[in-house]
Amino acid sequence: MLGILSSLWQYRGFVVSSIRSDLIARFTRSRLGGLWMIINPLAQVAIYALILSNVLAAKLPGIESKYVYALYLMAGMLAWGLFAEIIGRCLTLFIEQGNLMKKMRFPRITLPVIVVGSSLLNNLLLFTAVLVVFAVLGQAPNLQMFWLIPLTLAVVALATGIGLILGVLNVFMRDIGQVIPILLQVWFWFTPVVYPVSIIPEELKGAVGVNPMYPIVTAYHDILVYGKAPALQQVLISAALAIGLMLIGLFMFRRSAPEMVDAL
Amino acid sequence: MSLLVIENLGKSYRTYRSEWQRIAHWFFLPVKPSEEHWVLKHISFSVLPGEAIGIVGQNGAGKSTLLKMITGTLHPTEGAVQINGRVAAILELGMGFNPELTGRQNVYHAAGLMGFNTDQIKQVMGEIEAFAEIGNYFDEPVRTYSSGMQMRVAFSVATAFRPEILIIDEALSVGDSYFQHKSFDRIREFQKQGTTLLIVSHDRGAIQSLCNRVILLEGGTVIKDGKPEEVMDFYNAIIAEKENTTVRIRKNEDGSVQTCSGSGEASIESVSLHNIAGEPVEFVPVGDLISLRIKARINSDIPELVMGYMIKDRLGQSVYGTNTHHLGCKLETLRAGETVEYHFSFPANLGVGSYSVAVALHTTDSHLARNYEWCDLALVFNVINTSRDEFVGLAWMPPKVGLNR
Repeated sequence: MLGILSSLWQYRGFVVSSIRSDLIARFTRSRLGGLWMIINPLAQVAIYALILSNVLAAKLPGIESKYVYALYLMAGMLAWGLFAEIIGRCLTLFIEQGNLMKKMRFPRITLPVIVVGSSLLNNLLLFTAVLVVFAVLGQAPNLQMFWLIPLTLAVVALATGIGLILGVLNVFMRDIGQVIPILLQVWFWFTPVVYPVSIIPEELKGAVGVNPMYPIVTAYHDILVYGKAPALQQVLISAALAIGLMLIGLFMFRRSAPEMVDAL
Repeated sequence: MSLLVIENLGKSYRTYRSEWQRIAHWFFLPVKPSEEHWVLKHISFSVLPGEAIGIVGQNGAGKSTLLKMITGTLHPTEGAVQINGRVAAILELGMGFNPELTGRQNVYHAAGLMGFNTDQIKQVMGEIEAFAEIGNYFDEPVRTYSSGMQMRVAFSVATAFRPEILIIDEALSVGDSYFQHKSFDRIREFQKQGTTLLIVSHDRGAIQSLCNRVILLEGGTVIKDGKPEEVMDFYNAIIAEKENTTVRIRKNEDGSVQTCSGSGEASIESVSLHNIAGEPVEFVPVGDLISLRIKARINSDIPELVMGYMIKDRLGQSVYGTNTHHLGCKLETLRAGETVEYHFSFPANLGVGSYSVAVALHTTDSHLARNYEWCDLALVFNVINTSRDEFVGLAWMPPKVGLNR
C-alpha cells in the first residue's frame, strides 16, 4: 500500500500531464472544445425533461417550482455520470493501454488514477454548469452543498472498486467488456435518477434498497433539489461497501499484474 | 560491481482449464494450471558497466521475452533480475506519443512515463529540443510530423538522461543516416561513461562493430556467450543448417575458435595462401599479388558445386566475398571421391591488420539452399606494410595526386 502511494507520488508529473493531455486530445480541433463535456450531459437532461416531465412532474412531492423535474434530473445525472464514466473507462483501461504496459515499465496504478482524475475534472466542470443552470432556474447554491465533497469521494470509491475488478477480469474474459455496458444501462434504470423513488411499486422497493447507488443519488437529490442534509446512515453503508470493493479491486489488480501483460 | 545480474531466469505462460480457475488462483486457492509453456529457462549471466552485449537468436528464441523481463514489464516465473541502476529501452520509439499534442508536450509526457518529474524534465528540455533538430516543428502537433521527425524526438527523450543499461532494438536503424550517426555517437558516449548496451539485431555487421560480447539464445536458453565473432559464426552455422547437419567447433592454436558445419556431401580438404612464387605465406605485404588455394573433396555424388570465400577483418566484418557461381565457373555433376582445387588470385589491396578467410561449399548462389560445408576461420593471415607509403584504413587504394595552385 505504501509502495503504491510512493510510486504514485514519484509519477505525479506523469499523472497530471496525462490528465491534461487527455483533455487536450479530446477537444483539439473541435470548435466548442471543452464545452462538449457539459453540453452532452445537459442535452441528455433536456431530452429527459422534455419527454418525461409531464408524466412525472405531478409525482415529485414537496416542491412547487415547475422546473423541479429538471433540477431533479441534473442532480441525479451529476452522480450517475461520474459513476458510469469511471466504470466504463476502467473496464477497457488495461486492454487499451496494453501496448504501453508491454513496452514500458511504470507503476500501473497510475492508469486508474489518471482515469479517476480526468473523470473528476469532467464532473467538476459539469457541476459548475449545473450551478449556473440552477441559478437561472431560480435555485440558489446553499451550504449543504459541501456534503457533495464526501459524497463525490464515495461515488469515486464505489466506481473505482467495481471498475478495477471488472477491468482486470476483462483482460482475461473479454465478454465482460460486452456485457457490462448493458448491465450499467439496467442499473441506471433501477436507480431513481430519471424518476422519483415514490413511483416504484411497494413490492419492488426492496430491490432498490440493496442498490448501493440509491442512497448516494438520493443524497444528491436531498442536497441539490431540497437543500437539506443527506440521510447519512444509508450513505455510510454504501461508502463502507465502496471501500471494501476498492480493496478487493486493488488486491485483484496486484495479484493479476504478472499475468496481465502475458494475456494482453 | 555488476550492473545486471540474471539468475536462473525462467518464464512460462500458464493456461488454465477455465479463466475462473486463474482467478481462483489469485485468491490463493489450490489450482493447478492445465498447461505450462516455458519460453525461457535457466538463463544466467551478469553484465559489467560499459559492456556492449549483443543478443542474437532466431525468431522465437526468446530475445524479446528476455528483454521485457530486463525492462521490467514482464514478471519472471522463476529466478530473478537484479539491476543496479536505471534501464532505458529504445524498443518502440514514439511509444505513448499522442498525435494531438505538440512535440514539447509529448516530451513532458514521455519523460514523465520514464519516471522523471517536471523540474528534471524542464532542465533537459533545451537539450532535447536541440538534439532533435526539428526546428519550429517542436511546438507543432505530432500528427504533422514525418516518421523520421517523430523518431528524432522519441530518441532524444529516450536518451535525455543517461541510463545505466540501454536496450537497443533494430528499430534504431530507421531515420536518416545523419541522425543515425548522431544517435550512435550519443550511444557510444554513454558507453564510455559506463552505460551498458544490450543490442538486439539480426545485422551481423552492427553486432560486430558495436558489441564486445554476444549472447546467443536458442529454444529459450543461452547456448553461447562469448566473443562476437565466435558466437556469430556459430549462429550463422545454426541458421544455415537447420537439419541433417553437424556443427563442429575446433580451437585453433592461437586460441580462436573455428566453426565448421554442413551436410557433408563435399568437404574442404585444405585452404592455403600463396605468394606469386607459389610459396605458402602468412604475412602478406600490402598490394602484393597473392593466391588463395582451396581444395575440396567430394564425398558423394552431387549435381552441382559452388565454392565461395569471404575475407573478414579482425572484428569479423566482411571485407570481400564472392563465389564460383558469380565468377561463372561452377562445376556440375561431380562423382564421389573426386577432389577439386580452385586458385583465386588477387592483389592484397588491404590495410594493415589481421584477416580471416571463411570458405563454403554449396549449390546455387548462396549457402542457404544446400550447404555442404561452411568453415569459418579456415585461414588467418596478416597484412603488413613493408614498402608502401603510410596509410590508415581497411583498404589500400593509393591515389594519383594532382595539384593546382
